[in-house]
Amino acid sequence: MDTVTSIKPVLAVLASLIAVVPIIMSGTKPNLRETWTFAAGIIKFGIIASMIPLILNGTVIEYSLIEVLPGIAIRFRVDGLGMLFALVASTLWIATSAYSIGYMRGLKEHSQTRYFSFFAIALSATIGVAFAANLFTLYLFYEMLSLATYPLVTHHQDEEARASGRKYLLYILGTSIGFVLPAMLICYSLAGTLEFANQGFLAGTGSKGLMTFLLVLLLFGFAKAAIMPLHSWLPAAMVAPTPVSALLHAVAVVKVGVFSIIRVITGVFGTDLLLSLHLGTFIIYLASITILVGSLIALSQDGLKRRLAFSTIAQLSYVVLGVGLLSPKGMIGGMAHIAMHAFGKITLFFCAGAIFVATGKKNISEMVGIGRKMGFLSKWYLVLGSLEAQQMPILFVLLTSSLLNAAYFMPVVYKAFFCAPEEALFSNPVREAPPFCVVPLVITAFISIILLFYPQPFFRLASVMVQNITGM
Amino acid sequence: MIYSEQLPILLMIFPLFAAFAISVTGVFHTRYCYPVAVCALIGSLYTSVGVLFEVLEKGVIHYRLGGWPPPFGIEYVIDYLNGLVLVVVSFVSLGAVIFSKESVKQELPDKIPQFYTLFVLLVTGLLGMTVTGDAFNLYVLLEISALATYALIAMGKGRAMFSSFIYVIMGTLGACFYLLGVGHLYIMTGSLNMGDLYTLMPDLYASHAILVAFLLILVGIWIKMAFFPLHGWLPNAYTYAPTATSCLIAPLMTKVSVYIMIRIMFSTFSPAFVFNTFAAANVIVWMAVAAIIGGSILALAQTDFKKMLTYLIVAEVGYMVGGIWLANRHGITGAILHIVNDALMTLCLFLVVGIIVYKTKGHQFNNMQGLYKKMPITMAAFTIGALSMIGVPPTAGFFSKWYLILGAIDSGQWSFMAALLFSSLVNAVLFFRVIEIGYFEPFADHHGHGHHDGAAIAIDEAPLSMLAPLVVVALSLIILGVYAGYIVTNVIQFAVPAGI
Amino acid sequence: METIITDYNYWIYILLMMIGLYAMLSQNNLVKKIIGMSIFQTAIIVFYVSIGAKKDATIPIIEHGHGHGAASQAISALQYVNPLPHVLMLTAIVVAVSTLGVALAIILGIHRQYGTLEEDEILEQI
Repeated sequence: MDTVTSIKPVLAVLASLIAVVPIIMSGTKPNLRETWTFAAGIIKFGIIASMIPLILNGTVIEYSLIEVLPGIAIRFRVDGLGMLFALVASTLWIATSAYSIGYMRGLKEHSQTRYFSFFAIALSATIGVAFAANLFTLYLFYEMLSLATYPLVTHHQDEEARASGRKYLLYILGTSIGFVLPAMLICYSLAGTLEFANQGFLAGTGSKGLMTFLLVLLLFGFAKAAIMPLHSWLPAAMVAPTPVSALLHAVAVVKVGVFSIIRVITGVFGTDLLLSLHLGTFIIYLASITILVGSLIALSQDGLKRRLAFSTIAQLSYVVLGVGLLSPKGMIGGMAHIAMHAFGKITLFFCAGAIFVATGKKNISEMVGIGRKMGFLSKWYLVLGSLEAQQMPILFVLLTSSLLNAAYFMPVVYKAFFCAPEEALFSNPVREAPPFCVVPLVITAFISIILLFYPQPFFRLASVMVQNITGM
Repeated sequence: MIYSEQLPILLMIFPLFAAFAISVTGVFHTRYCYPVAVCALIGSLYTSVGVLFEVLEKGVIHYRLGGWPPPFGIEYVIDYLNGLVLVVVSFVSLGAVIFSKESVKQELPDKIPQFYTLFVLLVTGLLGMTVTGDAFNLYVLLEISALATYALIAMGKGRAMFSSFIYVIMGTLGACFYLLGVGHLYIMTGSLNMGDLYTLMPDLYASHAILVAFLLILVGIWIKMAFFPLHGWLPNAYTYAPTATSCLIAPLMTKVSVYIMIRIMFSTFSPAFVFNTFAAANVIVWMAVAAIIGGSILALAQTDFKKMLTYLIVAEVGYMVGGIWLANRHGITGAILHIVNDALMTLCLFLVVGIIVYKTKGHQFNNMQGLYKKMPITMAAFTIGALSMIGVPPTAGFFSKWYLILGAIDSGQWSFMAALLFSSLVNAVLFFRVIEIGYFEPFADHHGHGHHDGAAIAIDEAPLSMLAPLVVVALSLIILGVYAGYIVTNVIQFAVPAGI
Repeated sequence: METIITDYNYWIYILLMMIGLYAMLSQNNLVKKIIGMSIFQTAIIVFYVSIGAKKDATIPIIEHGHGHGAASQAISALQYVNPLPHVLMLTAIVVAVSTLGVALAIILGIHRQYGTLEEDEILEQI
């Protein structure tokens, strides 16, 4: 495994952060403002994409920014997993920006400058998490993301937004300060370092009891992964404007949560340590419960966005489950599922938003179908992985959950397709959604379909990562 | 007489002479008071930075007042620890004095000369307490700054006078305890020079008189720094003090007292005595835990923004005292770093309060309604200060908490770690409650009827003389955070006593 | 018993200090509190001054005048009381007087504001 020093990861993080300045400056000229957002998005994507070839060769790109504490630096490190996640996030940012413009203007939302500024900050934080080389850097950007998304979640500034914002912060900030911070410090105190290593840095530093304690703190501490019982912020955060829900609550925020957990499992503890301590089972049970309960609750939800939120909760645990299997195939499946679910789910959210903007029900039907099919391939990998790990109950969980997935999406499809529209339900005449809403939707749906038949890029990135970890 | 040799005294001379100059010129024209005070404190800041760099370059500076060698004369000693504290004190007081211009004009229009005279005198006292290496000289300077503070607080409105009176009683009690302790030390050793005491005392550690002396000094300083449960005087005194006064005393008084405690513990007594002979570290860490939790809970109960902050000061004192008494390197590093960080955080938040008082004439929570729209810069600075109090990286507050928690882990004081985390969470609740009020609730008209565009427009961003120091302080919180490692490796590392 | 008699100065200062402390903390009247504060400070002054005193010693001015070899005689410290605590107390007295001044000024202000100096009555008005 080669290591290259390059400033590119820093630039990728900074691209959208710097864009905040011109975005605020041109607050009175919406078109110019949105141009900045797009420019930053494309630059960011370009920078990230330019690193792909190196990463696919198994090379790791590193850059140390500044040593904030003795032995702890803000350091970036791009590997397969980070690249996979960054690629997904930056691609979808461009799509979401386009969608946001249509949505926000279509609904004549207030404070759009603030909205786009914090959106850009949130994206920087996401990429920062993706490229973090140590637990400290990850924590820093994780917190930055929590705070940057607060104004987005509470965008409407009404009582409901206020209550959801409170819940959001309570869960996210409360767990990161209450659980992750002490766990991180105990790790540092034990190992003297926080740098992610291929087989973790905690091996041989403490008793099984202590390791279990740390694992619990870290699993629940990264509450953005919405592992039950710390999941209820996610449905609450659905009060946000739909593009926010789409990018942040189907892609960036929640994926940052599971991404952090993957880093904890692979980079902090290391698969060997967890295997030797038999802690993988613990993770698997936790994830399985979340999958089943999440899917069941999704069935009973009325609102489309809430149903999607619970579906997300279940899907996130797929990723955790896959990695928790601690077998190469399971990990590949879990990691790739980040990308698969991201594209599928964002399409679904775009649909939900488009319906909301246009009060038309035309688009949802086929998109829903794609979202469901999308999960199939990575789920197949998970199935293979669980066979490999000889975890038969898991197989059961996955199959049951897929059935449930079908069960909770089918009624939507059914209603949209086969029921005669009851015009009385719509106060406004049904019209087509604005083009800015429809185009990104079509693009992500298109990508979803492509990924269904040609998912290699993400699987390759994931396998590069797993190869690095296992040294194979 | 080379200029650089005289730096240690110069940094006190500037504000001391400025106090005379202001009281004289103030008689003729109040216009000159402000610039004189600002210039004097710029001088102090300049010299203290110079002194710090001198220390970094050449090591500890010993300055003999009047050329008398210690222990006969008074000696000023500047090492890594107080070099750093000096810069903090002069930086914070400069920020506070620049900020004070409009606020003093508004709140104390007929007392401008008196205010600035006392203000610079207080700074003289604080700087003096920091540089002095003489136990009795410390007492005198302690009382100089305390007297100035009493008067400055009493200038306020409402309960200020009565709160100040309580402070006089408690402050004098604290200073007397300190003096009594010093008297015991003098009986036992015949010396008042801290360095001298440090070398003379080890043979006497078994003596009860030394133990009593230490205890008296400790209790005296604790009263001065409002260490829970001796904090009763602080919240009211700081809340009802005039805005410009609280901007100076809230960040500095407690922090300088903590510095004095470190100085007494490690440079007059020694770590060996404090942690082995005295052997009450555990008890004191528990007291610190009580301070942190008590301060946080009391802060939760407030509806007055300024008063809430004063209770947070009580909690923060618990941070620092606890950190020092953890008796390990990380804990003490954290406490020293927190002296720096907390001074700036508190300044940042009190400057925000100052601006809010200046604009809305009150410091209740409901004075903050809708301010995010009206004063974006002020509220951005407030947010940074709040995040730093909560301890979100990369703001400064995170890094001192980092070291304090590491220290707690090192000595297995889980209760202290839990208290720190609890306080972070409570701070998050406290500040996000305020942020919610500023962000969600519509701007309320405090001057009568709710016209939609009449009086509401009157509230806008504060004048430049208030905003400039606020923005600088807020940015310094982030810069300080990013460079925390630099400060620790280059300064604080050497300030922690050897052998810990 | 012997320590009580030989160290009577300490017992006096402790007694004074307790009187002062009692008055400071328990008196209702603000002026009485201040009187207590003064007694407390004076107790410490007594303490300091008494530790400098010696039996059969005189004030610390060298007796034999100056010049002509007299000054070169060895000076026995036993003949003189220790001047340092006394000098320190000069400063402490100044501090005590200024504190008293500030406290009285504040009391005047309180009286003007509330029309009373009884603590409970003031607390009622707040």
